[in-house]
Amino acid sequence: MARHTLSVLVEDVPGVLTRVASLFARRAFNINSLAVGPSEVPGMSRITVVVDAEGDLLEQVTKQLNKLINVIKIVELVPDSSVQRDHILVKVRADAATRLQVTQAAELFRASIVDVSTDSLIVEATGTADKLNALLSVLEPFGIREIVQSGTLAVARGSKSMSDRALRSA
Amino acid sequence: MSKGSPISPSLMASKANAAARAAAARTKDVASSVSAHPETADERIQGPNNTVPPTEMTGSQAIVRSLEELGVDEVFGLPGGAILPTYDPLMDSTKIRHILVRHEQGAGHAAEGYAMVTGRAGVCIVTSGPGATNLVTAIADAHMDSVPMVAITGQVSSAFIGSDAFQEADIVGITMPITKHSYLVTDAADIPRVLAEAFHIATSGRPGPVLVDIAKDAQQAKTTFSWPPKIDLQGYRTVVRGHSKQVREAARLIAASQRPVFYVGGGVLKANASAELLELAELVGAPVVTTLMARGVFPDSHELHVGMPGMHGSVSAVTALQQSDLLITLGARFDDRVTGVLSSFAPGAKVIHADIDPAEISKNRPADVPIVGSVKEIIPELADAVRGQFETAKPDISAWWAVLERLRETYPIGYATPEDGLIAPQKVIERIGAMTGPEGVYVAGVGQHQMWSAQFIKYERPRAWLNSGGLGTMGYSVPAAMGAKVGAPDRVVWAIDGDGCFQMTNQELATCLINNIPIKVAIINNSSLGMVRQWQTLFYESRYSNTDLNTGHDTVRIPDFVKLAEAYGCVGLRCERDEDIDATIAQALEINDRPVVIDFVVSRDSMVWPMVPTGVSNDLIQIARNMTPTWEEED
Repeated sequence: MARHTLSVLVEDVPGVLTRVASLFARRAFNINSLAVGPSEVPGMSRITVVVDAEGDLLEQVTKQLNKLINVIKIVELVPDSSVQRDHILVKVRADAATRLQVTQAAELFRASIVDVSTDSLIVEATGTADKLNALLSVLEPFGIREIVQSGTLAVARGSKSMSDRALRSA
Repeated sequence: MSKGSPISPSLMASKANAAARAAAARTKDVASSVSAHPETADERIQGPNNTVPPTEMTGSQAIVRSLEELGVDEVFGLPGGAILPTYDPLMDSTKIRHILVRHEQGAGHAAEGYAMVTGRAGVCIVTSGPGATNLVTAIADAHMDSVPMVAITGQVSSAFIGSDAFQEADIVGITMPITKHSYLVTDAADIPRVLAEAFHIATSGRPGPVLVDIAKDAQQAKTTFSWPPKIDLQGYRTVVRGHSKQVREAARLIAASQRPVFYVGGGVLKANASAELLELAELVGAPVVTTLMARGVFPDSHELHVGMPGMHGSVSAVTALQQSDLLITLGARFDDRVTGVLSSFAPGAKVIHADIDPAEISKNRPADVPIVGSVKEIIPELADAVRGQFETAKPDISAWWAVLERLRETYPIGYATPEDGLIAPQKVIERIGAMTGPEGVYVAGVGQHQMWSAQFIKYERPRAWLNSGGLGTMGYSVPAAMGAKVGAPDRVVWAIDGDGCFQMTNQELATCLINNIPIKVAIINNSSLGMVRQWQTLFYESRYSNTDLNTGHDTVRIPDFVKLAEAYGCVGLRCERDEDIDATIAQALEINDRPVVIDFVVSRDSMVWPMVPTGVSNDLIQIARNMTPTWEEED
């Protein structure tokens, strides 16, 4: 099954995330990741959702999403013409002996160290899912204590804004 | 989302009627501060288009006033703690007739029945918690059958929401997958806007149920009411006009087709497009099948009509779809009960699919020519385009008709006389239809009697046939018939029910009697959960696990339906002999001052035929047990 990234512009009203998420569940779609936050338009939120689906099923779920009254617009963002990033916080074992190795590994991935204690570090990194997986595999031998990861954030390349046309014609 | 005209023109006629009726009902208590400004009105807001300047009132009064301004004149409901504030001003309303039901499910189905016969949104009002959850089945039913309905539920005060308070249920959450939209109102100031939006959403586009859950403190709060409210629905647009290029392409396919068929669904009824359909069908001259939800949208007596398709459809209708080379699909959704095994459905057919809901197009069967829009608009445009095509060449489809004519004549819908000597249930239903005529309204429950009612009553007009098609809700019939009779008081309304279904919702006979709603109930009493029994006969070696209801011949007859009817103040009749059928129906048709309940005690062995067993192709339709039609004419 192919992975698809959908960007969904929604009205920021109570229950909107439940409506979107439960629609995926009801139509038997597995949500791979989900991120939600305010958009550039007051009163509008933007949801980025990554799903595994075949093309015609994706079309069906997109149509169903469009039927939700609080959904303003949906676009699919393809990797070639969009920027897609995940954010991760990793707590890694690191004592005096291994601390330097861990920080060097983090530097290679342009990750930063955001917390240090006697026997651990917290590494913060941003990147594509592939890059973050590579970082994790490098950190793994030191002993990973905790992983916290955001959903994918995605935006189309170029000057156009998703909210432009959607809101002008409304 | 595509942008289009915000309201379906198909609903305009009924909207205008509603406005006219409400205006006619308007009385002196409409203060001088009320004036009509139709030229500035938001056409998405239904009702008489009054302008009401800011007026102080409570949230509850705002609910009642909003309903009045929306032109609502009948509601079904049952009060309780969390909706009590609203029932107080409701008592004073001279415009809204509230009908007190005996169970909230009854209010929901009554609202559906009302909506189905009038084309306007049905309204029900119930309390929080159990009141609201009792409504869930009716909401799901309306959702599956695209019935416009607004359900207003009381909710515990906003400070208590989430605390597992007495009679608290998250009804917005519970009904999210089965409503077109829903609202939780905690601020009284939102009430007029939310109700106006709810009615617009329920009735426009593909109709459906909208739930408005109103917290008790919002009902009690002081607010400033004014009308009309400003509607804010930027995420809701319905495409009404079909894409003209697609319409032309559809016409081209029709002109090229040798075996076209009109596959007509409930959407044509919802769009009030019967007249348009008749014109197009006669122009093309192709056979027409009407689905369970579309019975009566095209006259049964018309020579182009070849029957109902699907699991219990006629051989001619099922074959018309199976052997077609072009399905002209109008407001239908390729339900599994129509298609059978999807991969074997109409294998040689191209598909034109016109529907107002884009999500239905290519959901089950890919469309070659998708047309999103209201069939009310699309059909006349398609007719024009077809006329243009036919100027050059009109296809000869006489060979196609020869096939279908033979099947229609050889395999008409019929039934066998039961071997046990008891009444054939089909005959009872056939006689009810024949003696009442096409102006009657027929409301079925779910099961064998529902299929027989779809098969053996002749439907000549839309909105004469009501049933629970998508959800298959046993218990729909009596309350939906009640709602239908309220919506169409001058029509004879029959609830054709089963002995199983009737026992689920017959408490509404009390509502009918007390509110002078004289429906007629025909219980097709085969002492069984008949359809389940039929499947047990066919697929479970006649092992009748838990389908015997003990209401018929040679049983204890619990309950005695005649006594039960009499206990409710209704006329109770019983008919057990073939020769009494007509006289009993005639007697029921004479009684118009109270509900009549007839216990037709029938054979339990009658089965619904034809039948396409589940899991096989429609080609394997059986006209009787293990009997399939012969497809080729023998020489």
